[in-house]
Amino acid sequence: MSRFHLSAAAIDAAVETRQLDDLAAGACVIFEGWVRNHNEGRDVVALEYQAYEALAASEGEAILAAAMTRFPLRCARAVHRTGRLAIGDLAVWVGVSADHRDAAFLACRWIIDEIKQRVPIWKNEHYADGESGWLHPDGTAVSGQ
Amino acid sequence: MRMRLLYFASLAERAGCSGETVDSQAQDPSALYEEIRLRHEFALPRERLRVAVNGRIVDWENPLQEGDEVVFLPPVSGG
Repeated sequence: MSRFHLSAAAIDAAVETRQLDDLAAGACVIFEGWVRNHNEGRDVVALEYQAYEALAASEGEAILAAAMTRFPLRCARAVHRTGRLAIGDLAVWVGVSADHRDAAFLACRWIIDEIKQRVPIWKNEHYADGESGWLHPDGTAVSGQ
Repeated sequence: MRMRLLYFASLAERAGCSGETVDSQAQDPSALYEEIRLRHEFALPRERLRVAVNGRIVDWENPLQEGDEVVFLPPVSGG
């Protein structure tokens, strides 16, 4: 079963968390990325995530597999949304379980940083003034027009 | 040589499509991007992109073959 997946529907965090169950684990760390109502000083009203799905799935899986060898974990999983999201929606969920908390905290942080850096998913921010733009960090929105 | 291109994010918006089949003499993704960039007037220079061929990230000098699926990846912004 793959540890990373994309979801076009709302992420059920409770269901995901249960997948981390392991009787040997004494720690569980979850990161949830939420859609916030502002970015770089602009009011955001909605987001759209687009993914190159085949590569996103393999890159995401590679990150979680690397985390399993890099840190002493019992489980590591992640889900990233695609499609249109509203303010407050859960955009990305990362969860790890480990025997001890140090590894769990470090691994969870490492995984979300890798996802943000490598996985081919793009964010289109829709602003209160009616404009929108795809974010291509250095963080500035690139208009397609 | 015919190849399939897929576009995402600002490149898709600029090209006005999510993909197209191209017939090109470009021998590698580097040359192919220069061709496509000029035609669609993409704002992003090659230095800011990565490239995937048939679902794998490759070097810009990786030789292209008939039927390849080529995707120019703008800087990602997931999470």
